[in-house]
Amino acid sequence: MNHRYLPHTEDDVRLMLDSCGLESIEDLYSDVPEQLKFKGEYSLPSEMSEKEVRDFFDSLGEQNNKLVCFAGNGFYDHSAPAAVKSLIARSEFLTAYTPYQPEISQGTLQYIFEYQSLICRLTDMDVSNASMYDGCTATAEAMMMAVANSRKRKKVLVSATVHKKVIDVVKTYALYHGVEIVLIPEKDGVCDKAAFVTMVSADDVAGVIVALRNQYGVIEDYTGWAELCHTHKSLFITNCIAADLATIKTPGEWGADVAVGDAQSLGIPLSYGGPYLGFMAVKKPLMRKIPGRIVGATKDEQGRRVFVLTLQAREQHIRREKATSNICSNQGLMSLYVTIFTALNGVSGLQEMNRQGINGAHYLAEKLVATGKVKLTYPEEPYLNEFLLTTSMSASAIIDKALEEGILAGVALDDNHLLVAVTEKQTVSEMDKLVSVVSEL
Amino acid sequence: MNREFYSRLIFELSRKGRRGYKHPDNHLEDVKLDNNILRQSPLELPEVDEPTVVRHYNNMSNNNFGVDTGFYPLGSCTMKYNPKINEEISAHPSFENLHPDTPVKAVQGALKAYHTLQTYLAEVGGMSEFTLNPYAGAHGELTGLMVIRAYHFSRGDLKRTKVIVPDSAHGTNPASAAVAGLSIVEVKSRPDGTVDVEDLKPLLDDSVAAMMMTNPNTLGIFEKNIPEIAELVHASGALLYYDGANLNPMLGVARPGDMGFDVMHINLHKTFSTPHGGGGPGSGPVGVRKGLEQFLPNPRVVKLDDGTYGVINSDTALGSISSHLGNFAVQLRALSYILSLGKENIKHVGPLATLNANYVKDKLKDAYLLPIEGVCKHEFVFDGLIDKSTGVTTLNVAKRLLDYGYHAPTIYFPLLFHESLMIEPTETESLDTLDDFISVMHKIAEEAKENPEMVKSAPHNCPISHPDDTEAALHPIVNYTELTANKEQ
Repeated sequence: MNHRYLPHTEDDVRLMLDSCGLESIEDLYSDVPEQLKFKGEYSLPSEMSEKEVRDFFDSLGEQNNKLVCFAGNGFYDHSAPAAVKSLIARSEFLTAYTPYQPEISQGTLQYIFEYQSLICRLTDMDVSNASMYDGCTATAEAMMMAVANSRKRKKVLVSATVHKKVIDVVKTYALYHGVEIVLIPEKDGVCDKAAFVTMVSADDVAGVIVALRNQYGVIEDYTGWAELCHTHKSLFITNCIAADLATIKTPGEWGADVAVGDAQSLGIPLSYGGPYLGFMAVKKPLMRKIPGRIVGATKDEQGRRVFVLTLQAREQHIRREKATSNICSNQGLMSLYVTIFTALNGVSGLQEMNRQGINGAHYLAEKLVATGKVKLTYPEEPYLNEFLLTTSMSASAIIDKALEEGILAGVALDDNHLLVAVTEKQTVSEMDKLVSVVSEL
Repeated sequence: MNREFYSRLIFELSRKGRRGYKHPDNHLEDVKLDNNILRQSPLELPEVDEPTVVRHYNNMSNNNFGVDTGFYPLGSCTMKYNPKINEEISAHPSFENLHPDTPVKAVQGALKAYHTLQTYLAEVGGMSEFTLNPYAGAHGELTGLMVIRAYHFSRGDLKRTKVIVPDSAHGTNPASAAVAGLSIVEVKSRPDGTVDVEDLKPLLDDSVAAMMMTNPNTLGIFEKNIPEIAELVHASGALLYYDGANLNPMLGVARPGDMGFDVMHINLHKTFSTPHGGGGPGSGPVGVRKGLEQFLPNPRVVKLDDGTYGVINSDTALGSISSHLGNFAVQLRALSYILSLGKENIKHVGPLATLNANYVKDKLKDAYLLPIEGVCKHEFVFDGLIDKSTGVTTLNVAKRLLDYGYHAPTIYFPLLFHESLMIEPTETESLDTLDDFISVMHKIAEEAKENPEMVKSAPHNCPISHPDDTEAALHPIVNYTELTANKEQ
């Protein structure tokens, strides 16, 4: 026993045992039945120095390819400002627990309040919670909230054009939670409105979930959808990519009751899948139905403006099985991440970032189509920085060939469809390189 | 510090025309998008320069208290030291820039990291296989209960819709069961805080899907009847779930798998030293005993016969519960922690955490009411001060601790006592820290007698005084737009 994380000396241990009136460390576990005790040695490696730990991860890192990333599929390769990385590493933020003691947690509480404010403005909604795990689980929580809100209805409609991963998670939660999920079929790359009208008119639907940017990169038109949902007493729930909302029509503008999605696009590193940031914002009438933590402003005894966790009667530590959700830990630090990212960018920065991606994607799409090897799957539909290609070759063959050139060409949705995304990070010459890979196939 | 100036919100620092970041420009032609899909509503975000942003958030951080600031004896939260090397590893560029949809052959290092950690957790948990996909402890509980339901479904056993939880359980247990579509049955505790086996027996029938327990329980008491409980639960056809929130004292001592648990989760942000981040991101890997692996959520990382790693999705799985493979960067931190400790040191973690808890408990029981005598594990619960005549409550003691530079313990949980004060000093706290904490706690007990009003009005030295929670809940102001509208009224 002599390790840099463990401050106890042999003398300390002796003194402490004596103080407790115990002979040995084993006496601390005299209540553990002998047959339950772990007698051997864990089959784990031996202690490593910092250098050895670093070397271990360096060598693992070498087994990952460094690639120019044209993959999106809901998660985008944006660059992160140095200031964000430096600030979120502040240990006062990083090593704090949930802000249950407001007197010594104003830092955390204030950034959550700022985060909620930013999310409300981006989505054009009234109330945001403090964060969810990711866009998939946030959408699943919205599904359960819709059912709880309707009291009697147990059916939720989901557009078939919503990202497949989101649908998968929503279906999983629904299966165990006792909710029927019915997919609204797609037609020519968008949700079939006629089918939606028929399905929602059955008056047995608690909520309708659609995607503003769908799984093919298409920006869909939801004119009239919210009104029809409301006529039939259903919630209208929009899944979206947070950064898009600086550019495209917002959940609030479409008349949504709930906005959910992932905010990874606001500068969070890809990190092979997480941590990302689920968000949820609702219209005022749903304020007491929303899952997760909420921070509110109030005053302290000196009349100073301060921030506290509020409306906690919705939460698991108070309401137990009657809570609106089981969520406890959320993605705290990632909400600080996007708050600082958004503050540094402002509206002009976010729109500039989006414009670079949109212009790049349209340039790349045109060049790729010009090779004659691929075509746009839905050429009539508008898209932002991501588009779907149909290819007569195998999509994975394109990906494999590009990998050899140090390029991740996109995500194969199936063998004939390749989803390609561009952000501000990829240069024109990198796009041209992908074009030449495809043209040579 | 100059609170007036530095306590402003980022929105209040905004000046039109300022900016804090520059994106690269690809100089391509602007694309004209159809107006119908474009945002028409005004968007006002802060316009601030980089120095202003940096100073703003640095100053905010000064109003916060983390493990790096001081001792954090928050019961059931295992606020141990978060090693710095873990942070460096989690931001390693060879992992940080990986897109989750990259073909497996180009991410073998990442998959190996995932698989290695799941193997190590299986070893420590005494389980067959872990999924690292769940994002947090409560998410792990939910996933674990879904595993259990998928198991019963696979046997055509559809009538098991109840979960038994002890009355001392963490609030997430019943909440997770509700999300998983299960109803709750509470089993009573005996006077010593452990599960009442006689009360349990009649509850076990063919409508019970699972029993959830943490061991040691939330009072820090080891459930020594666990072999009998496991036998009873299994005989009824139900499975036994281990809430890993209290795993820390068991490191090096006993494994949940060996105790008879079938499914468990681990909070990497507790036992495996990853930072809490002011509420997240956490990570809640779920382990299962042999025979239940096929129910783990999609996707699963597997080691193939040729020594490479693959990702599989199967029809027997419970479904998927995350966009990808969970909070990967958090998993890297936990792996770094295990490697840093190694098998020689990880076995001391549980005993030293337990030693610290017993030392503090024994030193303070002359002033604070200890409802359950005997050796505790990693944490223990006082039922407030012994001297109740002063009117000083657990809340007052907790707030007074803040004045002395310590974080408060967990208060008013578990619900078994009126004045619960739950203390968990982890193994990374030195004897010197514990001695100082003990002397401060004694001092507060003295203050409660000599000057109770001063203790009741604590804290006195924090960045703010007591906030008006009632007003916050009565007239919620939950974003900046509402705040400014409220001012104008």
